[in-house]
Amino acid sequence: MGLWQTLFPSGLFTASFMQNAWLAGTAVAALSALVGFFVVLRGATFVAHAVPRASFAGAAGAVLAGGDTVLGLAIFSALSALGMAALGTRRDQGQTTALVLMAALGLGSLFLALGGAYAPEVYALLFGQIVGIGRMDVYAILGLLLLALAATALLYRPLLWSSVAPDVAEAKGVPRRRMEILFLLLVALAATAAVPIVGALLSFSLMVGPAAAAAYFGRSPGQALGIAVLIGILSIWLSLVFAYDTGLPVGFFVAAVTAVFYGLGRLWAHLWQIERGRGQVPV
Amino acid sequence: MRNLDPVRTHEDSVLDLQGVAVHLGGRAVLHGIDLSLRPGEFVGVIGPNGAGKTTLLKIILGLLRPDEGTVQVAGRDVRAARSLVGYVPQSFAPDPDLPLRARDLVALGLDGARWGFSLGGARRRAKVEEALSWVDALHYADQPVGRLSGGELQRLLVAQALISDPRIVLLDEPLANLDLRSQGDVVALVGRVAHVRGVTVVLVTHDMNPLLSVMDRILYLARGQAALGTVDEVVRGDVLTQLYGHHVDVVRVHGRILVVGGADAESLTCGTCDG
Amino acid sequence: MLGFIESLLAAPTVAPALLIGSLVAVTSGVVGVFVVLRGQSFAGHALGDIGTTGAAAAYLGGLPALYGFVGVGVLGGLAIEGLGERARERDVATGIVLSLMLGVGALLLYFMTQRTNATGGPVAILFGSIFTVDPSIMLPVALFSLLALLLLAFLYRPLVFASVSPQAAQAKGVPLQGVGLLFMLALAIAVEESALVAGALLSTALLIGPAASAVRWTRQIGAAAALSALLGLLAVSVGIALAYQSYFWPPGHRGWPVSFFIVLLVLTEYLLARLLPARAARRVLPRREEAA
Ligand SMILES: Nc1ncnc2c1ncn2[C@@H]1O[C@H](COP(=O)(O)OP(=O)(O)OP(=O)(O)O)[C@@H](O)[C@H]1O
Ligand SMILES: [Mg+2]
Repeated sequence: MGLWQTLFPSGLFTASFMQNAWLAGTAVAALSALVGFFVVLRGATFVAHAVPRASFAGAAGAVLAGGDTVLGLAIFSALSALGMAALGTRRDQGQTTALVLMAALGLGSLFLALGGAYAPEVYALLFGQIVGIGRMDVYAILGLLLLALAATALLYRPLLWSSVAPDVAEAKGVPRRRMEILFLLLVALAATAAVPIVGALLSFSLMVGPAAAAAYFGRSPGQALGIAVLIGILSIWLSLVFAYDTGLPVGFFVAAVTAVFYGLGRLWAHLWQIERGRGQVPV
Repeated sequence: MRNLDPVRTHEDSVLDLQGVAVHLGGRAVLHGIDLSLRPGEFVGVIGPNGAGKTTLLKIILGLLRPDEGTVQVAGRDVRAARSLVGYVPQSFAPDPDLPLRARDLVALGLDGARWGFSLGGARRRAKVEEALSWVDALHYADQPVGRLSGGELQRLLVAQALISDPRIVLLDEPLANLDLRSQGDVVALVGRVAHVRGVTVVLVTHDMNPLLSVMDRILYLARGQAALGTVDEVVRGDVLTQLYGHHVDVVRVHGRILVVGGADAESLTCGTCDG
Repeated sequence: MLGFIESLLAAPTVAPALLIGSLVAVTSGVVGVFVVLRGQSFAGHALGDIGTTGAAAAYLGGLPALYGFVGVGVLGGLAIEGLGERARERDVATGIVLSLMLGVGALLLYFMTQRTNATGGPVAILFGSIFTVDPSIMLPVALFSLLALLLLAFLYRPLVFASVSPQAAQAKGVPLQGVGLLFMLALAIAVEESALVAGALLSTALLIGPAASAVRWTRQIGAAAALSALLGLLAVSVGIALAYQSYFWPPGHRGWPVSFFIVLLVLTEYLLARLLPARAARRVLPRREEAA
């Protein structure tokens, strides 16, 4: 029983800041995994890193202008997504993603410098403050989660088609470019919801890790999507427990736990391939 | 162009092109194309590189607007008739780890362009099964697409194109990466399905020989112009000489056809390159 | 004008900044052309962030930051290269390595703030400034630059072949994996030294920006490398001059950040290259073989 007490001390679930963390963390993880599924499918990991990072500059701008940081965040993540869509060509998505990110961060450094003072609320957005959120934040993120759920459900089939077989999809009336823009806006939406809660760095881990692992475990798109959401939620739960027990930053645990899931996924795929190599083709 | 077939009326034709011309990069890629295809016929599109074969497919798919002329599918504008046209792309090489089974790929052809999740359930599943059975792919229906062979993938793409009950299916060089036997298999399969289901097939290829047994007519493209007719009508020295604009010989050996350009090696089309 | 340049060079922080900035700009510019050619912008950017974690580790261990940057950067680069072969797999593997290293970085940063009770150190690592480089770092940075450029010179032909048409190169006996790993080594060195002296932000800007502009203006890889180095040099020196000048600007005469100016210049170069392509229709570099 001693171990149980150590792992799950009573405050873990009863402290009100922890209850908020559980609620918001679960919602953010589910939302990130949902969008992350398409990120991984499209090989657009860089975008998932760049959009939350770029949105950080918007928060710095909001501090300078005396506005709401979340609004600044939302504006910059949408603008950077649209910038990537506008500049990107089919061949060099990476370059333009990097350059749009640089533009945003360059502006961010200017905003911070002009703001003069060290702005802790901006740095907090880099690393997140999941145990420092109030009940209102929880409602806001739940609202964004619903919005993103609706958007994903609406986009699911055409986005899936355009991601796996863009030529056929385009020929059948699913324009590649329009889907690219919608996808980037979906990432921006996820970033806006996640960054105030878990920070820009962690938002990236939650978007990429669970979905990347799920791609190895799931055989159909629906399965992979479901598994991604499960892994995401499980990761944030484990991380909250570890972080509460040890007092170390949640971000570290989320990155580590999702990386472990990814490693398990690769191992699984590897073993499966060996089995197939022996001629035991599962039919 | 030389349309060696009697002109058909709109009522019994699935595809109508009239006076179509396309300019790309300041050059006429296609000009004066008139053609009309019947339901259920199998048309092979042959021509040297750069003749405008892919451009022609893009026009029929509505991805490219012709600069002149009209394109109609079943008497309607192509953009309104998108659901009536099936398409098999030239290349498709999914990642081995893509979480997509053969049946998921085919299902996208049914309703992939619609918004939202699919709620079809059993009906949808039965349709997918049926399409898989047309191309004899049921036994690998649950395999990840990334681990299938080129021929197996090709069959799935055909099923994906056919599942939405199109009136016409366009295939862009489906034989390019296949060995001789698979080429024969794909052609026979497409021919059979088209025949049974009354679907018009437009198949682009560099080698007409695998098509000889199933092809109803041939569309020969060269220098942006086209000749349409049966093989015996079109693949003749005089017709092709006029199309190419210089002397061309047609040689028949062992039931295979060889088109040989004159002095101008550039436009030499290799009928049988395997020999 | 001349007077301005004289006063600029006389300022104690400017000359070293110009010198080390030029070194970094040239190395990044040259390496960047291959990054763009191979479509490895994400890896190039990720290495900057990964090195930051190494620097934090070095700080905690009492080692010079340079070795933290380069050591962890090289390890990260090898992990990225080793984990992914196909494009999508490599992209995801890069993301996972980056995510993990950022997580570890967050942990180390936490330890740093616990120990020093001040946030200055971490912030300096995250947003390194070219005006505050330690002069003793000049020699090792120069040596690392030389190493990266020599490695590239050695790899040049097989690297170009393997980047432009991997299948054909492999058929001709080019060891794709070996070439990829060695290039990753050169890339990690170039990125980490610039992350150290100019910050992770500028390291990506100097790596990708000038190279992406250069390959739109010239077809030849050698010429593109030279042009890219030149564009990087231009952005760095003009950026430093403007940052120096900005101490006379509002608000508050505190100066505008040099990274802002350099990024702005790099982006201007890129947009010019997009708007004024040498030959709009001809793509600058040979097409990469798609996985199709
Ligand atoms: N977007 C474009 N801009 C300018 N020229 C183009 C464009 N697309 C195609 N072309 C030109 O139009 C001509 C026909 O191209 P198309 O792709 O239709 O040929 P094709 O018959 O399919 O050739 P292949 O057998 O090589 O596939 C070619 O000369 C090509 O260079
Ligand atoms: Mg073609």
